[in-house]
Amino acid sequence: MTGQICSLDQWLQLADKNGSAVQLEPGQEPTALAGYLDQLALVVINFPVFTDGRGFSYARNLREQGYHGELRAGGHFIRDQLTYLRRCGFNAFQMADEADLESALASLADFTEFYQAAEDQPLPLFRRRQQPAH
Amino acid sequence: MYVYDQYDQQIIDERVAQFRDQTARFLAGKISAAEFLPLRLQNGLYVQRQAPMLRIAVPYGLMNSRQLRKLAEISRVYDKGYAHISTRQNVQLNWPMLAEVPDILAELATVQMHAIQTSGNCVRNTTTDQFAGVACDELEDPRPYCEIIRQWSTLHPEFAFLPRKFKIAVCGSTQDRAAIHHHDIGLELLGNAQGEIGLKVLVGGGLGRTPAIGSVICEWLDKKHMLTYLEAILRVYNKHGRRDNKFKARIKILVKAMGVDAFRAAVEQEWLALKDGPTTLTDEELMRARSFFDSPDYQVMDGDHAAAELQGACSRDAIFGNWVKRNTQAHRVPGYRIVTISLKATGYAPGDVTAEQLELLAELADQYSFSEIRSTHQQNLVLGDVQMSQLYDLWQRLQTAGLATPNIGYLTDIICCPGGDYCSLANAKSLPVAEAIQARFDDLDYVYDLGPLELNISGCMNACGHHHIGHIGILGVDKKGQEYYQVCLGGSQAKDASIGSILGPSFKQEDMPDVIDNLLSTYVTLREEEETFLDTYRRVGIEALQGARVCPGSLRMGVSSTTAGYPWIQTTQRR
Ligand code: SF4
Repeated sequence: MTGQICSLDQWLQLADKNGSAVQLEPGQEPTALAGYLDQLALVVINFPVFTDGRGFSYARNLREQGYHGELRAGGHFIRDQLTYLRRCGFNAFQMADEADLESALASLADFTEFYQAAEDQPLPLFRRRQQPAH
Repeated sequence: MYVYDQYDQQIIDERVAQFRDQTARFLAGKISAAEFLPLRLQNGLYVQRQAPMLRIAVPYGLMNSRQLRKLAEISRVYDKGYAHISTRQNVQLNWPMLAEVPDILAELATVQMHAIQTSGNCVRNTTTDQFAGVACDELEDPRPYCEIIRQWSTLHPEFAFLPRKFKIAVCGSTQDRAAIHHHDIGLELLGNAQGEIGLKVLVGGGLGRTPAIGSVICEWLDKKHMLTYLEAILRVYNKHGRRDNKFKARIKILVKAMGVDAFRAAVEQEWLALKDGPTTLTDEELMRARSFFDSPDYQVMDGDHAAAELQGACSRDAIFGNWVKRNTQAHRVPGYRIVTISLKATGYAPGDVTAEQLELLAELADQYSFSEIRSTHQQNLVLGDVQMSQLYDLWQRLQTAGLATPNIGYLTDIICCPGGDYCSLANAKSLPVAEAIQARFDDLDYVYDLGPLELNISGCMNACGHHHIGHIGILGVDKKGQEYYQVCLGGSQAKDASIGSILGPSFKQEDMPDVIDNLLSTYVTLREEEETFLDTYRRVGIEALQGARVCPGSLRMGVSSTTAGYPWIQTTQRR
C-alpha cells in the first residue's frame, strides 16, 4: 500500500500498514498512529487554515514518540511559518501556492538562533550559551 | 536588570529584519491582509480607529533610563510626542505609520527592546509584581523566573498559533500584586515543608466576557520543571482549546469544560514526554538569571535615623508629607522607600506620559534610583530604590512636571483602557468617564476618607481595563447604538480574588459621576470603623449598596439582557 495518502479512517482500515502514508486533519491526534510509527513512510499534517496551530503540536508529539519518517506539512500554511514548522519536526512542505517557491524558501533562513529546544536543535539556548569573558 | 548578550541581540535583530521583509511584502501586495494580520499582531501592531497602534513589550514592567530616553525619542519622531502605559505593563504608541514600524522596531532593538508577542494568539508578555525585589513581603524575586519564561516563550515554534492569547503572571510575595488568579497561568513562588522554594501553578483564570478565577493544578512544582510543565499546559491548550468561537477560546473555557482534574491529567500525560528533558532548568541557568537581579549597591544606612529625618521633613511641609504617605511604600532595605509616580492627574488620560516627562523620569531614575524604572498594571510608574533623604528633592522635581498627584491606591487612581477614543473594538468611550469621575472627586480629603479604592474602566467586554476586578468596575456597553455603562461591585485582584457583581441597570455617560457619588455616599453611611469599600461591600452585599441605582436617565435593562453571557459573575466568587 504505497503511493496513496490515506485519510485517517482509511488508514485505520488498512490491513498492511507497511510503507503506508496517512494525512491527519486538525482534531485527529497522532496518538491514533501509535504502534505503527516505524511502518509509516509518510505522515502529512494538513493545515486547512494557517491560523489553526494544532498541527505544530501534532508534529512535536510524533517526533517525540519516535517517528523518523517524512513529516509533511500540507494545506494553507504560509511561508512565514516555515521556520516554526521545521522546528516542530516537519521535513517536507507542500505549499498551497507554489508560484514563489524560491523566495518562500528564504523564510527558512529568517533565524539563525533560537531560545527553545526543538526538533532542529535539541538543546535550549540556556544549555548552549557561551558567555563572553567579562 | 537583564542585559542581552550576543544571542539575545541576534534573535531580536533577526526578528526586526524578518518583519521588515514581511511589511515590505505586504505593502507590495504579496501578502494578503488576512495573512499579514497575525504577523503584524505578533510584532505588536494593531490597526485601530485612528491609526495603527504599536504595543512595545516591557518585560515584567522593568526598564532602564536609556530605554526611557529611546521611547521619548521614538514617540517624538514617529508619533505625537507621548506614550501610554497599558494595563499589562507595556508601552503603547497610538499614532505610528505602518511603513515606519520596522524602523521603530530597529530603534527599539538598539536598547534591547522589542514588540514581540505583545499581541496576537500567542504567549504574551509575562507580568509580575511592580515591587519585585524591593517589597518587604517577598519570598523570592520573581523576575528571574519571568525572564526565563520570556526567553522560552519568545518565538516559541509550537505556540505561535494558539486558539487565543495567553497570559502568564508570576508572584513571589505574600500580597499578590500580579493578579495571578486572573491569568491564563498564574505562578506563585512558595516554600514547602523542607524549606525549598517551588511553584504553585494556577490555570484558567481570566477576565474578558467570562471572568474566572484560576484553579490550582499543581500545589508545588520543583522550579527546574517550570518550563517543561508550562510547555505541557500550552500543548494541551493548543491541541484542545476551542477554535470555533473566539469568545470561548481562552484556556479558562477549556479548563471549565474538561474539569480541572481531567485537565490536570491531560497535562501530566503530555508532561511525560517533556519532563526531565533538555528544557529542564539547570542550576546554572537559574543562577545566571538571578545574577541580573542582584541587589544594587545600596548605601548602608541607619534606617531609624533616616526615617526620623523624613518624618521631620514631612511635618515641615504637609503637602510633601501627604505625597510621601500616599505615593511611597516601605522598602526592604533600611533608609529606602519605593516611590510610585501617578500617571492619573485629572485632565490627562490615565497612563499617558509625554516625551518630556519620559526624559525627566529617565534623569530622575539615573539620579535617584539606579537608572531603573518600573511600569505597573495600574498604569503608573515606579522608582523602586529611592533614599529617604532624597525624597524631598525628587518630589519637587516631580511636581514641576505634573507627576506628583498624591492618589495612589485611591478612587482617582483609575485604571482605564483607551476605549472608544482609540480602540476599534470599543462599545463606548472610557477616558471621558474616567475624567468626569476624577473631576467630580477633586476634593482629596474626601477621596482619602473613602479609603483604598480601585476603580477600573473598560470600554468593552474584552476587559483591558480589568473592570471585573476593580472594587468598582465600569464597563462600556452598546445599547441600540448608544453608549451606556454597566457598574459592577466587589471585584478584587488580591489573593482573596473575587469577580465583581453587576449592579442592575446601565447608565448614561453623563450620569456616571452621580452614580459613583451615590454609591460612595451609601458606602460612607453604611461603613463601620476602619472598613474599606470592599470590606463594607462584602459585609452588606450588593443589595444594600443599590441606593446608587436610582438615578435619572438610567436605562433599565431586563435581567436577562444584562446578565446574558456572564454566567459566572452572578455571585461573588472567592477563594
Ligand atoms: S477593553 Fe475593549 S475598548 Fe478597552 S482597550 Fe480593550 S478592547 Fe479596546
